Amino acid sequence: MNAARRRFVQQASAAVAGFGFSALARAGSEERPRLLVLLELRGGNDSLNTVVPLEDGRYFDLRPRLALRDDALVSFDRSLVLHRSLAPLRDLWEKKEMAVIEGVGYPQPNLSHFRSIEIWDTASASNEVLQQGWLARAARTAAFARFAADGVVIGAADLGPLAGGARAVSLSDPERFARQARLAKDGQIVARGALAHVLRVENDVVHAATELRPDVNLKTEFPRTPFGVAIQHAAAIASTRKVPVIRVTLAGFDTHQNQANTHAQLLRQVGEGVVALRAALTEVGLWDNTLVLTYSEFGRRPRENASAGTDHGTAGAMLAFGPQVRAGRLGVQPALARLDENGNLPFGVDFRSVYSAVLDDWFGLDAERVLGRRFPALKLLRA
Amino acid sequence: MRARTIASAALHRSAFAAATLIVLTLFTNAKAQAPEALGPDRARLFLTRVGFAPSEAEVSRWADLTQAQAVDKVLAQTARVAAKPAPEWVDEAIVSPRDLRAMSEEARKKERQKQIRHGLELRAWWLDEMATTQSPLTERMTLFWHNHFVSAQPKVRYTQLMYRQNVLLRSHAVGNFATMLHVVAHDPAMLIYLDTATNRRDAPNENFAREVMELFTLGEGHYSEADIKEAARAFSGWSLDLDRATFLFRPRLHDTGEKTVLGRRGAWQGDDVLNILLEQPATAEFIVRKLWLEFVSPQPDPQRVRLIAQRFRSSGYEIRTPLRELFLQPELVQRDQDNALVKSPVELAVGLIRQAGGELAHPGALALRLAGMGQNLFSPPNVRGWPGGDAWITTQSLLARKQFLETSIVRTSARTGAPDMMRALDKSVTDQGDIDPARPFARLVQALAQTPAVQIDPAAWLKAAGTFPERAVGAQGAAHLVQNLLVLPPASPVANEALGLDALRAVLLDPVYQLK
Repeated sequence: MNAARRRFVQQASAAVAGFGFSALARAGSEERPRLLVLLELRGGNDSLNTVVPLEDGRYFDLRPRLALRDDALVSFDRSLVLHRSLAPLRDLWEKKEMAVIEGVGYPQPNLSHFRSIEIWDTASASNEVLQQGWLARAARTAAFARFAADGVVIGAADLGPLAGGARAVSLSDPERFARQARLAKDGQIVARGALAHVLRVENDVVHAATELRPDVNLKTEFPRTPFGVAIQHAAAIASTRKVPVIRVTLAGFDTHQNQANTHAQLLRQVGEGVVALRAALTEVGLWDNTLVLTYSEFGRRPRENASAGTDHGTAGAMLAFGPQVRAGRLGVQPALARLDENGNLPFGVDFRSVYSAVLDDWFGLDAERVLGRRFPALKLLRA
Repeated sequence: MRARTIASAALHRSAFAAATLIVLTLFTNAKAQAPEALGPDRARLFLTRVGFAPSEAEVSRWADLTQAQAVDKVLAQTARVAAKPAPEWVDEAIVSPRDLRAMSEEARKKERQKQIRHGLELRAWWLDEMATTQSPLTERMTLFWHNHFVSAQPKVRYTQLMYRQNVLLRSHAVGNFATMLHVVAHDPAMLIYLDTATNRRDAPNENFAREVMELFTLGEGHYSEADIKEAARAFSGWSLDLDRATFLFRPRLHDTGEKTVLGRRGAWQGDDVLNILLEQPATAEFIVRKLWLEFVSPQPDPQRVRLIAQRFRSSGYEIRTPLRELFLQPELVQRDQDNALVKSPVELAVGLIRQAGGELAHPGALALRLAGMGQNLFSPPNVRGWPGGDAWITTQSLLARKQFLETSIVRTSARTGAPDMMRALDKSVTDQGDIDPARPFARLVQALAQTPAVQIDPAAWLKAAGTFPERAVGAQGAAHLVQNLLVLPPASPVANEALGLDALRAVLLDPVYQLK
C-alpha cells in the first residue's frame, strides 16, 4: 500500500468510527481504561440538605424544622458545608479529589420522578422523548467496542442511561451471576418483538459471564449495608477492566415525610460507599483512571412541607470524585431568592453540560454527536 | 346461432356468478352464525392470556368454544372474593408508632419480627389463591390494579392494611373503575402510601394529587403543575384514623377555597376532583391502553384503543366493557412474534404450577423467589409499579427465572428439607438490628434460596405428552411438548433423541417459554 492510500484508509476508517484516533487515546490505554461510576440517588435527593447554603438566611426561613444546624453539619475548610453524614468524604476533599456541582437541572423542569429520570437518562429536552440512554448512544462508538460490555448496572433492574441497545448487564452479585449463567444459551436466530429482547438479554448474559468474572480478593472493608455490598460488587467488576461504565443505584430519596433520619442514613451510605470505592479501586490500581458522579432525577423543594418532609423540586447538586476532577465548588449556588412559581429553584448548569464533559473530556468522544446538540462542556476535569 | 351461444354463455356466466355469490353469502353467513371453535391451541393461548397457563384438561373444556363464547364464559365466572381463608392476623389492632415507642426493646424486636412474618404470610396467601383459583381473571385483574393503584408495604408498614387493600381491589377488579377510584383514594394503605393523610390546608402535600393524575387517571402530559397544586388543596384535610384503620376527614385542615382543576372552577373537595378526572377522555384511553398491553399485544392500536375507550367511558366505567372488547381482538389468540408478550414472574410461576398440575410446596419461598425475579408482591418498586413488558427480562431476572424453572422439575427425592423459617426470621432481625425497609427479606432470601417453592412431577407431565423421563422423547413427543408449552417455535429445536426429562428442561429453558 502506498503512503497516499494508507493515509486515505486511515482517514476513512477514522471517519467511519466518527471520532478519530484521539477517542481511543483518551479513553485510556489498554491496561488502564477510563472508568465512569455513576451513583444514582433515586427518588430525588434533597440537595439543600446535602450541600448546605448556610450563608443564606432564607434557608432557615424556608425550613424551620428541616434546616440543618451545628452538629448536623460538617464543614470542609470553611468553603463547603455538607450534611454531617458526608463527613467521611473529608479526606477526598483535602486530597483535591472531590468537586461539588451545584444548581444542575434543565429548562422547563418536569416534577414527575419517572419523566424526569427519563430526561436525565436519555439526555433529552423536557418536551422531547428519546428512546435511547445517553450512554447507550455513546456505546455505539469505536471507543466502547473494545470492552466486553458497555456497562454494568447494580442495584436496579432498569438500565437507565444504558437502556436501548447498549451491551449492558444488570446484576446483584457477580459470583451468583456467573454460576447461573450456565442456564443461558447463545442463540443465533433472528427474531422480532419480545422474543428479540429475550434473545438479546440471553446473549448479553453469556458474553458477560465469560468476560466480567472478577478474579480479585479485595482487602478493602466495605460497609455492611446493601449499598456497601453493591459498591463492593462494582469494585470487583471494575477490576476486570473490561467495562467502561458502572452504575450503582441507591433508592429511598423520595422523602415527603419525616425526612431527617431517612436522609441522614442514606447520605451516610453514600459517603461511606464512595470512600470504600476509592480504597478498593486504589487497591487494584484503577482509581487514577476513575470518575465518580452522583445524580438524581431532581432536587427537592426548598420549602419544607407539613409532614417534616420535602416535595419534588428541580435543580440539585451533583458530587464528583476522582483524582482527575477539578476539585472544589463548581456550578451555580442555589438562588433561594429567585424561586419559580412552584417555589422551586432555577437551574444554573444544564445536566447535559456535565454529560458533555464526561463524553468530550473523559471518554474523548464527540459530545455533540452523542447528545444531538451542543452543550458547552462544564470544566469538570483538570486541564 | 353464434349470437345465441354468446347469449347463453353470458347467461351461463351470470348464473354461475350468482350461484357463487349465493354460496359465498351462505358461507359468510354460516361463518357469522357459527364461527369456528378455538381449538386446543388457541384455547390454550386464550386462557393463558386472560388468566394463567391452563392444564390440558382445562384446555379441552374450552377448545370447542368460539372466541366470543369463551369471552362470555370468562367474564361470567369472575369471583369477587378470595377462596382461601384470610391469614389469622388481619383483624388484629394496629400497633402505631406511638405504641411502638412505648414498648421495651425486646417487645419492639418481637413486633418487627411479627410484621415481617405477616408480610411473608400475606404474599403466601395471595400466591396460594392464584395457584388454585377457579377465577384466574379475577386474580390477574387484582394484580393489574395492585400495579395500577400502587401501594407498597415498606412505606405502609401495616400488613393488615395491605391485606385490606388487596381485598378491596379484588372486589372491584372486574367491577366499576369510577367506584374503585373513589374507594381506593379513601383506602388507608393508599392514604399512607401517597401521604394523603398528611395533607393540610396550611401546607399541602402534593404527592397524591400528582400521582392520581399522572398514574391513576390521565397519564403524563394531560395536566399542568398548577392543576396538581390546586388538586392538592382539594385533598387537604383527608386523614386517617389509625386506631380504627379508617378514613377520616378533618374539616379544619381542609382548604374550603375555590380551586381551578383542568379548567373547572369551584370550591372542590377531593371527591369532586376525582370526578373531574373521570370526565376527561384521557382517563379512559390511559386505562384501555394499559389493559391492551396487559392482555393483547405490545403494540396497542391507537384507533381501536380510542374506540374502546369511548365505550368504556360511556358505560360509566364498567370494567367488563373494555375487557370484553379487548378479549375479542384477534391478536389475543394469534401465535405471532409481534403479538408475543413477556410473562410476568407471577404468570411464569403460577402458570407453571397450573399447567403442570404441580404443587405450591412453599408459598413463602415462592414469594421470595418472585422478588428475586423482580416482582415482590405488595412491594412494587415505586408508585409507577412494575414497568412490565420487555422490562421484566433483564440479565439478572432472566437467570433467576431460568433457575426457578430448572429447580422446579428436579426430582423431589434429591431435595433437602426446608430450613426453619422462624430461625431465619429471628436471625434476620438480630443480625441487622433495624431491618432495612427497602429489602426486608435480604436474609430470608438467602435462607430460603435452596427451599423448593414449587414441586412438579415431570414424569406425570411427560406422560401427558406420551413420553417418559428416561426415554428418548421422539419426534412426536418433542412436537407435543413444543406445541403445549411454547407460543412460538423454540429458539433451539428439541432433539428427538433427547431423554424426556432433558427435552422438558430444554423447552422450559427455551427463551420462548418466557413469552405468552
